[in-house]
Amino acid sequence: MVSQKVVLHFPQELVDRPIISDMVKRYKLEFNILKASIDPDEGGVLVVELEGERRDVRQALSYLRGLKIGVQHLSKDILMRHERCVHCGVCVAICPSEALLLNRVSWQVEFITDKCVVCELCVKGCPYGAMEVRF
Amino acid sequence: MNIRDVNDAVLFNMRNAYQNYNVAVNVSGKVIYTYMGVLKPKLGNATYSSAGVLSPLVNDPLYRTIGIGTRLFLGGGVGLVAWWGTQHNPCVVRTEGGVPKRPAGTLAVIGDVKGMDARYLRGVSMYGYGTSLGVGIGVPIPIVDEEMAFFTSVDEGDIVTAVVDYSKSYPQGEAAILGEVRYRELRSGVIRVGGKEVPTGSLSSLYMAREIAQVLKGWIKRGEFLLSEPVERLPGRDSGVTVKAFRERPL
Repeated sequence: MVSQKVVLHFPQELVDRPIISDMVKRYKLEFNILKASIDPDEGGVLVVELEGERRDVRQALSYLRGLKIGVQHLSKDILMRHERCVHCGVCVAICPSEALLLNRVSWQVEFITDKCVVCELCVKGCPYGAMEVRF
Repeated sequence: MNIRDVNDAVLFNMRNAYQNYNVAVNVSGKVIYTYMGVLKPKLGNATYSSAGVLSPLVNDPLYRTIGIGTRLFLGGGVGLVAWWGTQHNPCVVRTEGGVPKRPAGTLAVIGDVKGMDARYLRGVSMYGYGTSLGVGIGVPIPIVDEEMAFFTSVDEGDIVTAVVDYSKSYPQGEAAILGEVRYRELRSGVIRVGGKEVPTGSLSSLYMAREIAQVLKGWIKRGEFLLSEPVERLPGRDSGVTVKAFRERPL
């Protein structure tokens, strides 16, 4: 079993189709929606965690791409701008999912993308603007 | 416009290098946006803002070597202590080792921005509160005698500070605190406030403080930076200097 967090960009013409529902049935996946924003005139963005057999997850993502849905790994869309980070660690106490950690040997802040739940609290909480969300 | 095109670019920071500071928490049920950062409701997080064992005035708690005229590392360049800073408050309660247990001394510092480095002088935005400046500061402390050796050996376990509710006590100017904690606990990542475990985050970077100490050490070793003796002492623990709260007059 594998688990992957992806950002899906839906074109406007697909907004009225039950694509996620089709996909999870077809490829026997479990899913957890972390963020969704849908506008019938503009399309939608969905941040979703997919869990299933490695082959099924891969095929499910190809299925989505075949429908002209943009598929991007979450790590590409939420990022830490290292040149802006001063490693103060104020984000560490704000992050609810322990995706931001303070290494107590180097005293540097580390961002573990896999643990991120895209709440975006760190984006507001970082005084140096080091956390960026791009979807 | 470029900094090279103007005649002078001077940073005069009226309050810097606070000697210890509050730990900020939020007891209310709503998130608040403060100069101590985003504070989550119901003691969701705690923020603190001193470099602790590397904070200049914590290592010279009685202002024996740091005074007016002290040369220092400021924003990657060289600056001077111009005066004591605004809200300088030296007469607060202290530990046996002389370290204040509440926000105490501050420095007013001045330096040439043209000699500074953007790595150590950064624009800051406190979400929902306002803008600020992240200033890298490092003050050399000569160990002139046994007492200064003792002071500079200050440990995380020796630094005590107060936990303050920024949803009520701080804005209303109340002296009430929720308790005291040591820097050792703050650095561990969790403190206990009223029986609850609260995750801690620092606004001051220990990583950068260490880096600045190393850079300054290099300058001194190579003879590029000379230590200066203060020309005047800062008001000390027996000076009677205090901070007066500014009360609004009813119309």
